[in-house]
Order: sequence, then structure tokens, then C-alpha cells
Amino acid sequence: MLKFENVSKVYGDGFQAVKSVNFEIQKGEFLVLIGPSGSGKTTTMKMINRMEPHTSGTISIDGKDNNSYNASELRRSIGYVIQQIGLFPHYTIEKNIAIVPQLKGWNSKRIKARVNELLDLVGLDPKIYATRYPKELSGGQQQRVGIARALASNPDIILMDEPFSALDPITRDQLQGELISLHKKLNKTIVFVTHDMDEALKMGDRIAIMKDGKLLQLDTPEKLLHEPAHGFVEEFIGKHRIIQNPELMPVTDIMSETVVTSLPQRSPEKALTLIRQRKITSLIVVDDENKLLGIVSAYDLIKKLDDIQTIDEIMLSDELFLLNSATAKDAIIMMDESPYGMIPVVDAQKKIVGLVTRGSLLSAMSSQWTETEEGK
Amino acid sequence: MKNLTIWEQLVEQSQMRWKEVLEATSVHIQLVFFSMLIAIVLGISLGILITRVPKLTTLVLGGAGVMQTIPSLALLGFMIPIFGIGVKTAIAALFLYSLLPIIRNTYAGIKDVDKATTEAAKGMGMTSMQILFKVELPLAIPVIMAGIRTAAVINVGTATLAAFIGAGGLGDFIFLGITRGIDGLILLGAIPAALLAIILETFFSAVERWTTPEGLK
Repeated sequence: MLKFENVSKVYGDGFQAVKSVNFEIQKGEFLVLIGPSGSGKTTTMKMINRMEPHTSGTISIDGKDNNSYNASELRRSIGYVIQQIGLFPHYTIEKNIAIVPQLKGWNSKRIKARVNELLDLVGLDPKIYATRYPKELSGGQQQRVGIARALASNPDIILMDEPFSALDPITRDQLQGELISLHKKLNKTIVFVTHDMDEALKMGDRIAIMKDGKLLQLDTPEKLLHEPAHGFVEEFIGKHRIIQNPELMPVTDIMSETVVTSLPQRSPEKALTLIRQRKITSLIVVDDENKLLGIVSAYDLIKKLDDIQTIDEIMLSDELFLLNSATAKDAIIMMDESPYGMIPVVDAQKKIVGLVTRGSLLSAMSSQWTETEEGK
Repeated sequence: MKNLTIWEQLVEQSQMRWKEVLEATSVHIQLVFFSMLIAIVLGISLGILITRVPKLTTLVLGGAGVMQTIPSLALLGFMIPIFGIGVKTAIAALFLYSLLPIIRNTYAGIKDVDKATTEAAKGMGMTSMQILFKVELPLAIPVIMAGIRTAAVINVGTATLAAFIGAGGLGDFIFLGITRGIDGLILLGAIPAALLAIILETFFSAVERWTTPEGLK
């Protein structure tokens, strides 16, 4: 879809803004470019639509060199959203969104329909907002229009240069969420520049970390967190990110792998002995293939000791479990619903692979915390 | 010679010369109109040019600035060897005199357009010409109009001096009044000239408001 091959940018004064960058983005991918200021992230993005021409290497879009297009034509086929929004103050909202379709020579009926569709899409009522002027809108509303404008002629690629960094935190969070769902819905290829790591982790399918014009690592958020390829990457991400982003931590990292299990036919007395020996509070009940059946708690066992023959009579059935593909965040959420403070983790065949307890959650989180504290 | 008050003089003179006043006013208007027309066309063009070719900025603004510092009477004098005596010289001098406010305001008006707006325009695939005519000029219009208004008002006043080089206009009466010592005659030229300036000022203010894009008001 979009490919950078040995792309560099050297300014007239000899300053090397981007140094031989290579990467490829798939159609529909959400790529975040991140790095400190002066890292070349914005320049890298702007080279795609030739707002900044590159000085060597090749940038190709769908296999075609972007230098082979007429610059204006190229830009009309790529959506562009900037931090300062840049709506035309002398145009109504309607006319602002219609700019690119107008440039492309659409007829007015088609433009009108598209404008209304887009205003709906970004959550602004066309009846109220179409004829207003930008200065009558809040910053958040203006950037919604900015996004609608970028989508107007239905481009495959959208470039976004820190689009939310000038907004207040609540609006920013809201628009980030809406952009994620827009991206899922429309399947556009998005190149998004930011300096905010939380934003990058939240938005990106993949994140490219840049420094001094070089691309240090391009990976999924999970991989960046767990396998930083470079000391700078690790430092830039910050270890505390995992605590803030439990959705990026696999549940298999926080579960304990030693699980005390029992077949359902065990007698309550023997089960109680086992529980006492192993100093646990509940037993995980499995079948002979080690597949999860349910949980029996020590409390219920003691209470019903004389009334039952086998433990499966008081077993809580298997509704509460996590797949091993789940994240720490899922575990935290589910833990609230768990009557025994423990959640079995199973694989795709429902075989037991581990157990998350309140204790293991807490120790995983606190070990992250102490690592961060020590790092300071 | 009768000893009249200035008002009696004015009444007497205007009864005697009202036809000449109308004629002179029409000449005066023509001087202002043609010199302003050339100044607007050239001033706006030069103003746009120097936003595109930064190397020329100092030269053009400096040059127009120097014109402004030459005393208006002297400028009229300098023009005589080139265009001779009469209307042409007056128009040329008035034109040079009106140029600076128009160039300067055009330049400032375009330069003051928010960089984000022009970047967005370029990023959406507008050509340089489209950006100029659809974004920069519409947004700069109020500032440009203010420059034209300033130039027009200066122009009406300066045009009275055109009488000194035989171009006619309302300056004729002022000139005559001074040489003959008739104050009423001076007023006969000065009052219509002042009225003309006020009318132009009002007119261009209205145009300025009218051309300001809705979203900027």
C-alpha cells in the first residue's frame, strides 16, 4: 500500500531531517509515528503527500512512485489533518468540507449529499452546523470538521499531524475514541503523528518510533512494550506504561501456572485435605483431559461436607474463565465478578493453563510499579 | 474694494463661479479616479508579487516608501520633465503617491493569513493560484480595502496641488484665492475637496465592510 525505501530528506543547509527510512504499511493499517521533537516524524509523514519533498529514496503508493504524480493531484487523493485544524474562516462548514470534492469537479448534488453524510459521521447535525462558520464552533467541533474534510473525497490514505494535541484532555479522549471507531468502520490507511505515547498506544495498530531522523523500531504496541529493540525505545515508552495500559499486558504474564486441580468425582473429605495441604482457598475442577469444568470453594466444602458424595454437586459451573489470549485488563474487570477472587485461564481447547487470583494480579502490578520506581 | 466677511465672500464667489466649481470638481474627481485606478491595479499586483518573491520585498516597499517621503509639490515638479505640464503629470504623481498604502496593505493582508489555513489549502491539493484567489485574497480583502481608503483620502487632498502644474481641479480656486488674497475663494476650493474626501472615506468604509467575508465579521 504505502512503502518507504531508503527515504532521506536533506535540507539545503545540509541538515539531515530523515535518514534512510524503510517501512511498509498495509491497507487499512493505523500507523503512529512518534518521537521527540526534531525526530523527523512529521517530515516523514509530510513526504507522503509531498508537502515536504524527499531528497533520496522512493516512496510508493500502491506500487507507484509518489513523484510520478502531479503534486496537487496527489494531495487531493490523500486526506490531510493538521494540529492547527486550518479550516477556512471565510467558508461555512459545508463549503469547508466540500473543498476537495469541488477541486475534483463533483456536481453540487453529489457534494451536498456527501457533506451531510460526513457531518453525520463525525457527529455534527448537518441541519445545525452546515451553514455555520468555523469561529462559531468549539475546538473539538472544528477538528471534527477537519476530519470530515479530510475524508470528503473518500481517500484511501489519511495523514494526521498531531490532530488532537491542541484540544483539552476530555475532548481529546473523546475524539481519539471516535477516530478509532471511524477507522474500524471505514478501513482507511491512517498515518498519525504524535508525541504522546499514551495516544500512540491507544490508537496505533503499529507504532514507529523515530529519533534524530532514524526509524528505531516499528512494531505493534504489545511488542514495543515487551521487546523494545533499543535502549531509547524502552526509555521513551517508559516502564510504567504497562500499569497504565493493562490492556497491553497478556494475562499469561500475570497468572500463576501451578494450578491445583481435581476430578469431579473426588469426595469432599479428600478435596478438603488437598485444599488444606496446598494452602489454597478453591479447587479447580477438570475432566480427565484437563478441561475446565468449574470451581469448588473451601467455604462451600466445609458447609456442605456431610450432605454430598462428590464435589461436583456443589461445583460452580465453568462460566467464569479467561482465554490465554486475554489481557490483564480483562482479568481486572472479571475479577470483580468472580465470587472466589480467582479466574482460571484456559487455552482454545478449554484446557487449564493457569490461574489468576487477586494476589497474582496485585503482585504483577506492584512489581511493575517497583521497577518503575527503581528506574527513576 | 468692499470689506466683506469671509462668508459674504464665499457666497458672492460661489454665486459668480458655481459653474466653474462644478467643472473643477469633475476634473478633480477624474484626477483622483484615474490615479487611484492605476495605483490599485499596480499596488495590489506588486503587493502580491512581493509575497511570492521575498527578495523583492525590501526593494518594492522601500521604493514606494521613498516616493512617499518626497514632498508632494516636489514630486509634481519632478514629473514635469517626463510628462510635460498638465493632467498626465498630475495623474502620474498622484498615482506614485497612492501606491505605498496599497502595496503595504496588500502585502500585510496576505502575510497575515493564518499559516495553518494556507497549509491546509496546500495539503488538500490547491494550486498556488487557487490558494491566492480562494484563500489569501478573500481573507486579505479587509486590509487591502483599508489601504485603498487611506490612499484615496490622501489622494483627494494632494490632488489640489495639481493646479500648480496646470492640471486644474479644485486647487485652482485655492491657488487663485491665495494670490488674490480672497479667503472666500480658498474655501470655494477647499470645501468641495474636503467633502469629496469625506464621501470617498465613507464609500470605501462601506465597501470594506461589504467585502469582508461573512465568517470574519
